[in-house]
Amino acid sequence: MWMWVVHRVTGVAIFFFLLVHVLDTSLVRVSPEAYNEIIGSYKTPIYGLVEAGLVAAILLHAFNGLRIIAVDHSTWALRHQKQLVWAVWIIFVVLMVPFLIRHLGHVFGAA
Amino acid sequence: MTAPRLKDPRARSGRLRPGAEQWSWRFMRITGPLLLVLILTHLFINLLTGDGVSQIDFAFVAGKWASPLWQVWDLVMLVLAMLHGGNGMRLLVNDYATGRRMRTTLHSLLGFSVIGIIVLGALVIFTFDPCPAGADASLLPSFCEGVA
Repeated sequence: MWMWVVHRVTGVAIFFFLLVHVLDTSLVRVSPEAYNEIIGSYKTPIYGLVEAGLVAAILLHAFNGLRIIAVDHSTWALRHQKQLVWAVWIIFVVLMVPFLIRHLGHVFGAA
Repeated sequence: MTAPRLKDPRARSGRLRPGAEQWSWRFMRITGPLLLVLILTHLFINLLTGDGVSQIDFAFVAGKWASPLWQVWDLVMLVLAMLHGGNGMRLLVNDYATGRRMRTTLHSLLGFSVIGIIVLGALVIFTFDPCPAGADASLLPSFCEGVA
């Protein structure tokens, strides 16, 4: 049930980001200055944190999606779906921690 | 284990294409894993290699799109992500928008946004000019030297 909520919420967040992301990237067609100015705001600390949230949403949606596919296709996965929820969160943490260290390093200028 | 077979409903759902929702279901399960690979690679290249987010500017994008691999990569990612996301939003509209008029409005809005964004993104990828005339040379990729 909670993973169902997580899947919907992250899905909607990713969808709206995607709309904005295609629009901001389209500025490369306007001028290098216009694009660099908008993309510059992606590098600010606040937006850096929003990006980290976005990456978190994508990882959760991606690996929970694989869990849903597994549960739909295999009875083994269906029987072990509780453990698979744990697997999703473990993969999430394992990927998110190194990402955060490196990404926040870039955003806050340490690395 | 097979699920017990349900009896056919007495009243037809009213849908013109009976198998449509099954195709929607299949589409999500096929595009999902593809998007996982496409997007996680995109994030890895853009945010984790080099200087991460700090390296992204016009010259960075121009450098990537100089290669047909990344042009096609970004196009496939754009189309699949918009269709996957659009179909997901359609399911949410079906679940939460109760009024018939509200539903039609949201579905059309969604359809226009999905098609609009795909067309815009595809045009940007394939009409992109990495060395626009008259632009500040310091903002352009290094391969523009001698082109202009």
